Amino acid sequence: MDIPYVVQERPDTGLTNVKLGIWLFLASEVMLFGGLFSTYILLRVNAVEWPFGADILSVPIGAFNTVVLILSSVTMVLCYAALKLGDLDGYKRYMGLTVGLSLLFLVVKSYEYYDKFSHGDVPAASTYLAIYFTMTGLHALHIVGGVIVNGYFLGPGIALWKTNREQFINRIEAAGLYWHFVDLVWIFLFPVLYLL
Amino acid sequence: MSENPEEVREHIKLYWKIGGALLVLTVVTVLVSFIEFGVPLTIFVALVIAATKGSLVASYFMHLIGERPPIYWALLLTVFFFIVLIFIPILGHTDTYGVHKTVPNANAPAAEAQH
Repeated sequence: MDIPYVVQERPDTGLTNVKLGIWLFLASEVMLFGGLFSTYILLRVNAVEWPFGADILSVPIGAFNTVVLILSSVTMVLCYAALKLGDLDGYKRYMGLTVGLSLLFLVVKSYEYYDKFSHGDVPAASTYLAIYFTMTGLHALHIVGGVIVNGYFLGPGIALWKTNREQFINRIEAAGLYWHFVDLVWIFLFPVLYLL
Repeated sequence: MSENPEEVREHIKLYWKIGGALLVLTVVTVLVSFIEFGVPLTIFVALVIAATKGSLVASYFMHLIGERPPIYWALLLTVFFFIVLIFIPILGHTDTYGVHKTVPNANAPAAEAQH
């Protein structure tokens, strides 16, 4: 039996199941990261002393990664627009760029982690580093998830374009919503951990 | 997003402009962090800029502008519980502000030195 309302909108909500499902998933993600932000605030307001992020982390590297993620968000939304125009080559180009920028983010993040670990700045070294590694680590896992999903839609998943264009476009829209959320989380993580 | 190709092309131009605005605001975030405002105002300014960037991403890239009402209701409920999540633990520790004895920060070198 086919899953209903994959392409057609439900009459009562005006939404496809894909759209409603991804937004409810993102709502749960807000609570997941919200719990960590709440933890951060609790630890910080109760701490005798809290380090200045820029004294421990590299602001230029963090800012560079912010730019990388913003650009990947732009290319991701351009993927969706290209499909709306029926431009599959444009889609492949922008999706390739999105995956490439995501991998660049992970490479830079790995370098940051390596640099910290090699200087003994491990999560157990201080509360600040513990919350830094927890929040950025969870965020990096989300990036890895996005790379897998977007990589799939760039590779084998693209076959759906030939058989059901509308469903493929809906899938890319859902993948895009997830990716923009990951970008949105970093927009808050960067100033909170690196600049304050 | 509209199915009309002309409107889609207009949207593409808008996406580039929003991307440019996000990059400019990122530079502003970094520059502002070097200004000595004092901690509370620095945090406030940084979060206002981050919230502006976040709302641009949500409104235009995630197409929240023009989204259907059930999505708004789901997000409104999320925002409510998010605020509860942020403030309940803090309010539960108001009696310990400045005492630093019930703090789970035993690893912090600065805190250890004080005890």
